[in-house]
Amino acid sequence: MAILTTQVNPRSDGFQANEKAMRHEVMKLRELTAAISQGGGEKARARHESRGKLFVRDRIDHLIDEGSPFLEFSALAAHEVYESDVPAAGMVTGIGRVSGVECVIVANDATVKGGTYYPLTVKKHIRAQEIARKHRLPCIYLVDSGGAFLPRQDEVFPDRDHFGRIFYNQATLSAEGIPQIAVVMGSCTAGGAYVPAMADESIIVKQQGTIFLGGPPLVKAATGESISAEDLGGADVHAKVSGVADHYAENDAHALQLARGCVSRLNWQKRGQLKMQEPKPPKLDPSELYGIVGTDLKKPFDVREVIGRIVDDSDFDEFKRYYGDTLVTGFAHIHGYPVGIVANNGVLFSESAVKGAHFIELCAQRKIPLVFLQNITGFMVGSKYEHEGIAKHGAKLVTAVACAKVPKFTVLIGGSFGAGNYGMCGRAYDPNLLFMWPNARISVMGGEQAAGVLAQVKREQYEREGREWSKEDEEAFKQPTREQYERQGHPYYASARLWDDGVIDPAQTRDVLGLSLAAAMNAEVQETKFGVFRM
Amino acid sequence: MSQTDSRTTPFDTLLVANRGEIACRVMRTARAMGLRTVAVYSDADANARHVREADEAVRLGPAAARESYLKVEAVVEAAKRTGAGAIHPGYGFLSENGAFVEALDAAGITFVGPPASAIAAMGDKSAAKARMANAGVPLVPGYHGDDQDDALLRREADNIGYPVLLKASAGGGGKGMRVVESGENFQAALDGCRRESQAAFGDTRMLIEKYLTQPRHVEVQVFCDSHGNGVYLFERDCSVQRRHQKVLEEAPAPGMTAELRREMGDAAVRAAKEIGYVGAGTVEFLLDFSQGQDGSFYFMEMNTRLQVEHPVTEMITGQDLVEWQLRVAMGEPLPLQQDELTITGHSFEARLYAEDPEQDFLPATGTLTRFAMDLKGAGLDPRQVRLDSGVETGDVVSMHYDPMLAKLIVHGDDRDQALATLNRALAALDVQGVVTNRAFLQRLATHPAFKACELDTRFIEKNEATLFAPKQYGIEEYAGAALIGLNQLARECESDSPWDRHDGFRLNAPHTIRISLCDPAHVQDDETSENVVIVEGTRASGADPWDLTIGGETLTARLQHLEGDAVAVTLNGHRRRLQARRDGNVVVMVDPRGETRLFWRRIDAIDHGHHEAESTLTAPMHGTVVALLVEAGQKVEKGMPLMVMEAMKMEHTMTAPADGHVESFHFNAGDTVGQGDVLLEFAPAE
Repeated sequence: MAILTTQVNPRSDGFQANEKAMRHEVMKLRELTAAISQGGGEKARARHESRGKLFVRDRIDHLIDEGSPFLEFSALAAHEVYESDVPAAGMVTGIGRVSGVECVIVANDATVKGGTYYPLTVKKHIRAQEIARKHRLPCIYLVDSGGAFLPRQDEVFPDRDHFGRIFYNQATLSAEGIPQIAVVMGSCTAGGAYVPAMADESIIVKQQGTIFLGGPPLVKAATGESISAEDLGGADVHAKVSGVADHYAENDAHALQLARGCVSRLNWQKRGQLKMQEPKPPKLDPSELYGIVGTDLKKPFDVREVIGRIVDDSDFDEFKRYYGDTLVTGFAHIHGYPVGIVANNGVLFSESAVKGAHFIELCAQRKIPLVFLQNITGFMVGSKYEHEGIAKHGAKLVTAVACAKVPKFTVLIGGSFGAGNYGMCGRAYDPNLLFMWPNARISVMGGEQAAGVLAQVKREQYEREGREWSKEDEEAFKQPTREQYERQGHPYYASARLWDDGVIDPAQTRDVLGLSLAAAMNAEVQETKFGVFRM
Repeated sequence: MSQTDSRTTPFDTLLVANRGEIACRVMRTARAMGLRTVAVYSDADANARHVREADEAVRLGPAAARESYLKVEAVVEAAKRTGAGAIHPGYGFLSENGAFVEALDAAGITFVGPPASAIAAMGDKSAAKARMANAGVPLVPGYHGDDQDDALLRREADNIGYPVLLKASAGGGGKGMRVVESGENFQAALDGCRRESQAAFGDTRMLIEKYLTQPRHVEVQVFCDSHGNGVYLFERDCSVQRRHQKVLEEAPAPGMTAELRREMGDAAVRAAKEIGYVGAGTVEFLLDFSQGQDGSFYFMEMNTRLQVEHPVTEMITGQDLVEWQLRVAMGEPLPLQQDELTITGHSFEARLYAEDPEQDFLPATGTLTRFAMDLKGAGLDPRQVRLDSGVETGDVVSMHYDPMLAKLIVHGDDRDQALATLNRALAALDVQGVVTNRAFLQRLATHPAFKACELDTRFIEKNEATLFAPKQYGIEEYAGAALIGLNQLARECESDSPWDRHDGFRLNAPHTIRISLCDPAHVQDDETSENVVIVEGTRASGADPWDLTIGGETLTARLQHLEGDAVAVTLNGHRRRLQARRDGNVVVMVDPRGETRLFWRRIDAIDHGHHEAESTLTAPMHGTVVALLVEAGQKVEKGMPLMVMEAMKMEHTMTAPADGHVESFHFNAGDTVGQGDVLLEFAPAE
């Protein structure tokens, strides 16, 4: 037992200013999320619903256990990426509990561009399947899509992680014993037809769902046959004649009840085995996170103040408290689940890197999930550090992070720059899930540093050529780089491109991690085999 | 006064021929005095608390009292088997049974109580009154003579003083009985009574008694030893009764003067000595404080045992009456003389019964899923609160015996302080699983008339309108219950998994949950009923407070869990501490202002289609199936009653959600169902 205490003074000016700035960011995030959750807008939605179809989010509400949580992924996908708005990339994905089983839900939103697949829609679909594989979660596809977005076929069709990967995943997930259930609630044309066809079990809605490799216009063009969509591949065809669908639903609500029934018959058992504790809320007030962290990355804060507002009972047993203290490591519980926490508290030195590697080894051996709280400008630079081998010490941390097979969860609570991102389990290190706070920034280095480096190169070039470079000119040269880094390092930019699984309200971090940990426990925690550590 | 040898024989083992709280209470003192304790039990009580607490316990017989606790031979045999030298009878059962005392005398076992002769003397009520008159103990003035001359009766009535009660000698059931307010009305009333009496009983003889308009039940605790000493330990007021059953008692009696106390005490000791009394006894008086009466008191009867309400006397005198009883039974003289006894402060006792005041005090049974009192949480001083209980969590309350579960006794420096403590302690008492009069006791204790000492034996009848008034809840109660309900949704887990919560968690979005609330009696009403209040709760994240919207008004609400069941409900900055308990989907909120009971359920904003039709056919709460009204397979129309269940003592009818038929019933009449159990499978017509 080591209950964290707080040094925070919520009445201080600094706290108040931080709180105000962060609350502003959170409000912006909530407003954006609310706008995105309206899908293709009122008109499209009215048209959709006039056909007796439920809106995609209502479908999910019907599907999941009443009142239970829904952990949505990448709501900001495709935000300000394409020439026109594609809210949530036209697809809602997330983990929801269905008949008592956590499932990954992948649901097309037909009110957004007819539910067609933009490149980021494909990426989002495949990412959801990856999450399902990693967490061993049954998949439910609520299909209502016109297929690939044809104008961008080159970014959607041919490559490894393009459209075909969806079906590859369905097959290989099924092979791993991860159930694949499809509910056809609209069109499933061409490649889309394989979603229900590749599913373990499929449901089709009368007068709504259609499945065919070629739609009526293509059939007409190819063979001259004139036929309605319903007669070509409607529910009656597939449930009674072709056998492509297994269950026949009267309407959307009925179909979703049938899907719940399918899940209830999975004989599903969670495989993760962790020694749980009774969950307890943090002793310290999570709503104070805003005032502690703020939005100015240059203002440091003690990461223990954050940890104490996320973990059960604010109880954190620190490991190697006084060694390599720019990295905080220790054991805690979140919603009753044991976790090892690795959190930045300054720039990484050799000692902190080695300490982190040691701690990750402990967690891997004990099969304790890892939570990374990233707020890192990078590894220390300079001759002293290069000479003591900070590169090989950093490599140890990266090796440990890369190889650890326990569930890993990463939250970017501040800066995520350079190799620090790698050592702290960035996207490339395959964390189960990765989330960003709205104040976080991600880039190869800070905008100022990048501008500085580029300016230095430029200045050397000028000097070689014996030319003068005025301070003003240098400043003018640096400004676009700063702006570019600020824009591209913003969480919305990152999340729009699926570099993360979502931007989250800091106050929800504990719940998000708790839900993620609980979902991860569907899979067995695996043995870790580490690579060679350079000594 | 003659004593058998057995009375003065010291003993080291005490058998308590009783059950429940009194058995536990007697054994507590006996153990403290170094005595070995023996309990007796019926089959229904084989695992009762008094059996668990005793050093030894002996079975008497089947559950019925006449085959167990009232069976003299069995009790005597149990004493012999265990070598018990003495038997404490408690109250009720064999405590005032002369034959039992004689049987013990014959067996050489000490009876902790008076001699058989004293019991007999008080057992015959009219003979007792005659002896009391001899001893100069005041009786209710009256005329019981054979001479029935009209003028004589009028003179007697004038002498007694109006109002008087005219009663048919042969009467009963209120027939031939009238209150006469003044002399002018006497003749007319007499004529009327005689006519009625003639018609009802064929007899016109009348008796006259003084009519006490506001009688109080005040009793005096007396104690006598076998050496001829007698003292009184002051009085108790037991005026608050229902159906002649005491509910609230207090000591000392409000309005008592030192002079009156001495007069009544002396009269009580005279009464005891008149019949050669030994041990603890109680002399009951009617005390008349009405209309200029300065406190005339009249002998009613003497109880030749330890009273249920003896603890209030213990609280104000600092004496242990059971210890006194045992010492007297061992032949010792009284521990204190009259002038050594004093009154300190004020004490109340409230009797907790397993009964439903709203159902005419119908006794209740069941398993006590929780029986506890959180003194610390209620901020109470343990020295001021005493809970004499015969039960614990997990115990079963059966229908075989008296429904009294426990007595809550409090002490304070004065009456107001003691009453405030009583109220707080009642609020801290947590009884679940069995219906009790706890909330009713709290309404009594907070009643302005009770606080103002407007006491009389008809207190409950007189204040019926306010004691039983249907509770009108305000927005604060609904908001509080909704908040607790919402919090329950967030915390309620079948497992520890956060996925099992039902708080509608969504990322970066406020979640809104609608809850309906109603009195548990209206559980079957739908959302549109005027009995149902809808509360909409919204909050941005688990760390934020709820915004609760009720009837157009919005409150910011925050719930904080304190120790035990205690919570703090903060509504728009107004923080209230209360005890929050759950009984299935009923939220019970208790604070010193009273109790709120509201049934709540989550209303889903979305129509679940087919699922909805089925979901309404689950049990709304724990209860019993009363009847199946249709056959499986029989075609029914929407709204037709299918099944009746009883819950919370109300009948609930399950109706067809649509045209169709019942595929199967999951329960038969008489079966117990749990909350949320699916009662039947319904198939809507295609």
